[in-house]
Amino acid sequence: MSTVTAHEATHHEAHGDAHQEHHHHETFITKYVFSQDHKTIAKQFLVTGIIWAFIGGLFSVIFRLQLADPNATYPFLEDFLGHWAKGGKLQPEFYYALVTMHGTILVFFVLTAGLSGTFANFLIPLQIGARDMASPMLNMLSYWFFFLASVIMMSSLFVQTGPASGGWTIYPPLSALGEASSGSKIGMDLWLVSMAMFIVSSLLGGLNYITTILNMRTKGMSMTRMPLTIWALFFTAVLGVLSFPVLLSGAILLLFDRNLGTSFYLSDIVVAGKIMPNEGGSAILFQHLFWFLGHPEVYIILLPAMGMSSEILSVNSRKPIFGYMAMVGSLFAITILAFLVWAHHMFVTGLNPFLGSVFVLLTLLIAVPSAIKVFNWLTTLWKGNIRFTPAMMFAIGFVSLFISGGLTGIFLGNSALDIHLHDTYFVIAHFHIVMGVASFFGMFAGVYHWYPKMFGRYLNNTLAYIHFWVTIVGAYLIFWPMHYEGLAGMPRRYYDFSNWESFKMFSGLNQFISIVALVVFAVQLLFIINFFYSIWKGRKVTKQNPWDANTLEWTTPIRPGHGNWTGEIPEVHRWPYDYAKDGKDFIPQNVPVGADESKDH
Amino acid sequence: METAEIKPKNKIHPHKFTLWVGIGSIVMMFAGLTSAYIVKRNQAGWVSYDLPKAFWYSTIVILLSSLTVQLSVKAFKERAMAKYRKLMFSTLVLGVLFIVLQYFGFKQFWNAGMTLQANVAFSFLYIIVGLHGLHVIGGIIALIVMSLKAFSSKIRIYSSVPVELISTYWHFVDILWIYLLIFLIMIR
Repeated sequence: MSTVTAHEATHHEAHGDAHQEHHHHETFITKYVFSQDHKTIAKQFLVTGIIWAFIGGLFSVIFRLQLADPNATYPFLEDFLGHWAKGGKLQPEFYYALVTMHGTILVFFVLTAGLSGTFANFLIPLQIGARDMASPMLNMLSYWFFFLASVIMMSSLFVQTGPASGGWTIYPPLSALGEASSGSKIGMDLWLVSMAMFIVSSLLGGLNYITTILNMRTKGMSMTRMPLTIWALFFTAVLGVLSFPVLLSGAILLLFDRNLGTSFYLSDIVVAGKIMPNEGGSAILFQHLFWFLGHPEVYIILLPAMGMSSEILSVNSRKPIFGYMAMVGSLFAITILAFLVWAHHMFVTGLNPFLGSVFVLLTLLIAVPSAIKVFNWLTTLWKGNIRFTPAMMFAIGFVSLFISGGLTGIFLGNSALDIHLHDTYFVIAHFHIVMGVASFFGMFAGVYHWYPKMFGRYLNNTLAYIHFWVTIVGAYLIFWPMHYEGLAGMPRRYYDFSNWESFKMFSGLNQFISIVALVVFAVQLLFIINFFYSIWKGRKVTKQNPWDANTLEWTTPIRPGHGNWTGEIPEVHRWPYDYAKDGKDFIPQNVPVGADESKDH
Repeated sequence: METAEIKPKNKIHPHKFTLWVGIGSIVMMFAGLTSAYIVKRNQAGWVSYDLPKAFWYSTIVILLSSLTVQLSVKAFKERAMAKYRKLMFSTLVLGVLFIVLQYFGFKQFWNAGMTLQANVAFSFLYIIVGLHGLHVIGGIIALIVMSLKAFSSKIRIYSSVPVELISTYWHFVDILWIYLLIFLIMIR
């Protein structure tokens, strides 16, 4: 056996060497389009994500116009929506298409691919000290599958019968029967094909992130010396790899029901007076399969934001993160619990109340790791020497939103309360604050913090502060009042509330929310302008380590090439949070431990 | 058998690790399908059935192919290339034979009136076994590539990683089949 072992060993050496030399000639195509450099792929994910965020945000503005005043007409809408807004009034079918696509785009294309696609690709090799991902080729494929998914989803916006309109959760029978609604026709097919591509992309990415983190760390970078961003991205990838295949199996069964006449989800259905032949299926089965992905998906969106906020809070408080191991442990606990709570989305489906109470308990247990994280973020800020950079503002905003949105989760997690609150604006308020806006804040924090590393230039700070203040105030003004609407029983997904006496009192509030939504959307445009303008015209970065941070990405050249470090990859001698230690402001991870250095912090 | 003692600094080759994570992912997909199967099994209108004979023959074939692929890894490591070529090619042939037998199994099943739409129990059989078949076809494509390389006079391969990758994957689809077979017999 010894010969075999020797053979193995030489192979590994050869493999290691192959990654160190990247001097081969690069054309425009290999450098910017079909690039295998993780940094370029990250930027591709980010820019695609920004385009999607613009579209998804615009959709919400359009349907908020409808909710603000159901009787108003906006002739300009007809100009670019055509027959979907006849006479300047949004058609009900298209309203549903808009909310469906808003959800799909923001949940999957922006906050999954745009967020973890960007930062997992960008930060994992840079922060663990690797030249690139374990498989740059799969990594490139991951982006191009996402691109393909994007093109297909985008094209569904332009078909005659419109895009999918059964809600982003695509529950059957609306999604399974083409005759059910106009959005159940070709739009739904395109949705399914696009999501299949998206799942492939996300799996290829996830495999790579996990392997890279476990296998490619530089010398001295033990697991407990990894920055919390890497821990968070690791658990995100684990969640994705284990939950997306289940959505895929649910979607495959749906495809068969749609196109090949099987009855997994369908039974005793009458469409427009016609009795469907399907017998013996159960729509609830789809909900189980969907939410087995759907709930972990919430954490796929949230964990990267948590990780990046932890890092940014520590750097800009000039203090070590409080309770590093507790932070890792709570990420782990959230990952486990994420797989055990899916049925809390299904309390009103006729779920056995005893089973429901088990899911209540497991759901409320998530409050424990969440509270640990909040406590640690606040204690990291406590008595810190805080620098209010734009990234820091957004990270603090993230913590604020996570607290406000998390608390309402405790209400909703109780099945008894959920019977009243289910499918009301209370739910909308809850998940937009805790998952949507909070993760967006984590993403913004990440963009502002790592922009100098991405492009070698800074974003404009004045625009950034305007962006922050308007967005945080606006987010609360939009979503806070929705709690009251929800408590009053106002249901989500309704096209027009003016026919109900009980919701008439909210017409002023709905108008107010829509106006704020318009303002907040306008300010996001400011961010987009700042982003693209600064790529070419922003202030140049002249310091290798502009934020005085400890992590390895700041030991690379200001504009790192493919391979990241020009010489040897630095060796790691300490954890990434040695701030304010022994009277020193910060000690980067690659600095050896001094002889007279104190052992503990 | 594996070389567990003296390992270089990278404990496991990144590509091998990626494969293992990928296998975990595929397992989750089949876990989703088989749990959906169990849920449906306990609802009204389920019809029990016997698996077609051809599925049993295909089980023997895929077990044999697992043996040949394992022997081919051994031959490759001993640099017994003629033996390796033969074994790799026979794995490929057995893999194709497996798919052919599965096809005949389906045909027999369909002709007996157990069509895709007739009952949800049959629908599940077609989808679960069919998806496994797709994974086997994926493996066959990899085996074709490996065989072409093995018989090419221009290409010399010294790294055992690709051979080990295909063998791990092939054992996985084998074990997955055995699991599905037992599952479909036990819960019907």
